[in-house]
Amino acid sequence: MLAMNYRGPYRVRADQKPIPVIEHPRDAVVRVTRSCICGSDLHLYHGLVPDTRVGMTFGHEFCGIVEEVGSAVENLKAGDHVLVPFNIACGQCHFCKQGLFGNCHESNAQATAVGAIYGYSHTAGGYDGGQAQYVRVPYADFGPTLIPDWMDPDDAVLLTDVVPTGYQAAEMGGIKTGDTVVVFGAGPVGIMAARCAWLFGAGRVIVIDEVEYRLNFVRDYGPAEVYNFREIDDMAVFIKKQTDGLGADVCIDAVGGDATGSALHTLFGVKLKLEAGSALPLHWAINSVKKGGIVSIVGVYGPTGNMVPIGNVVNKGITIRANQASVKRLLPRLIEHVKEGRINPKALITHRAGIEDIADAYHIFSAKLDNCIKPVLVPNAA
Amino acid sequence: MNQITNTTDTSKIVGWGHDADRENNPTYPMRDRDAQDRTGADWQSPPAQRADVEVLQSIEYNRRPAVVGTSTPPSGVSGAIRRAAFRYSESDWRHWLMLLGADRINMVEGVVQDLGRGKIPNIPGEMGIRSELRHNQAGFAKKVAVATAIGTVFFALSQRRKLNEGRREIVVDQTVGSVKPDRLR
Repeated sequence: MLAMNYRGPYRVRADQKPIPVIEHPRDAVVRVTRSCICGSDLHLYHGLVPDTRVGMTFGHEFCGIVEEVGSAVENLKAGDHVLVPFNIACGQCHFCKQGLFGNCHESNAQATAVGAIYGYSHTAGGYDGGQAQYVRVPYADFGPTLIPDWMDPDDAVLLTDVVPTGYQAAEMGGIKTGDTVVVFGAGPVGIMAARCAWLFGAGRVIVIDEVEYRLNFVRDYGPAEVYNFREIDDMAVFIKKQTDGLGADVCIDAVGGDATGSALHTLFGVKLKLEAGSALPLHWAINSVKKGGIVSIVGVYGPTGNMVPIGNVVNKGITIRANQASVKRLLPRLIEHVKEGRINPKALITHRAGIEDIADAYHIFSAKLDNCIKPVLVPNAA
Repeated sequence: MNQITNTTDTSKIVGWGHDADRENNPTYPMRDRDAQDRTGADWQSPPAQRADVEVLQSIEYNRRPAVVGTSTPPSGVSGAIRRAAFRYSESDWRHWLMLLGADRINMVEGVVQDLGRGKIPNIPGEMGIRSELRHNQAGFAKKVAVATAIGTVFFALSQRRKLNEGRREIVVDQTVGSVKPDRLR
């Protein structure tokens, strides 16, 4: 089969690999119909995540048709079209029982601090991902969800990560009716977080980024007030001025370790790897939220440490909420939102490619060329 | 709440406030231990996967999780470093820094592996040069210009150093009364 093959920072290609097989009674093998490149994949692509091995296939956002199931899988059959949450979760451990499906204890041997994620380094379990024609799906009797007949596969594939992560970002913000919500980052997740903030009753949604075409997109899609941080002298002062001197009720970090905008963070976090990525959005979020406010983090950082003003978290009485999205928990509600037209996921898709064009697809997304917001791969286009 | 300069008419936003009722919303996960024992570690583990490749394991586990990833097992020099890294916990910076170091070595191993299979890696292609040329010609020209300028500076500096070393050698040799003619050419 044709699959994405990671060769080192900023280098990927398409290669032939063996078709995956059933390795556990609860496995399935899925023929991929849609697969996305996620902003989180760029952290891998840029070499920021430890234990990212040459030869691995990335891809944690995918949907596809079940080819084969293991002996213990009774709820799926060959031919079912399923969307597969990016978290690999058993559904029965201490954490899964609490709905923390992004923190399963039965799927990632390499780390306890991270749940298992398809195609996301060995730090996240060492599973090949869905940027391929076929993928192994562990715990297939729990994770995959049948795609309703009425749903477009382009919508379905975005329900595997982007939509639930954006939704949970807003959910973790504990938004009260009328709240001012500031979203740092206008990538796909930031855009979706801005959209979902309204579902929770936000009174005002502000999005901060530096990429003009993305700000223009979220201005209409959110909708949202948008600002380019390159035109702002001091973020905390700016947000305070926007909020009568108090600060935002909720700040959402939807960027993670690849953030630009600070030479210091870029040097220590991105170039020297002495920080777990550049934490500028988190720094801004802590200093821009009001006293007693909530900072919600869905941006991905590495597992080491970051320079952020933790003292201000204490002194301002800020609550920080963060996690990988618990996709399986959120799916019933999100499918309903798509059906009722409250969320339109596929509007984010700007680019399509086959696996053979994977290097160009990654570069276009990473370098933000050609007004790219969300690239989708179609691995088995006949 | 702050709505000082808010101009958004929320009545026109499809779905506004739909999920605002906390009674009907599970919101973020909360600790729910009612059905669990004292520590919560009483679940029945799924049957264990038999992996036929080496899988490294965090020392913070008291047993291996039931299901494991079997992609790209550790190998070569990078594999040896990864094995060493897993002697330390996830709380120890050495664990992560060694893994990052192994990743960089693994990149070189990948090139060597390609060459060993008779395949010369198309590195510009793997970096997406085709899309760069199509969508960012100005940026590409700028990168080439910067790289050329940096290369020229380094080349000039190295030539100057060689020249200076040559002169120094001549001076040293003259003090003992013997100038090497080949150095003068």
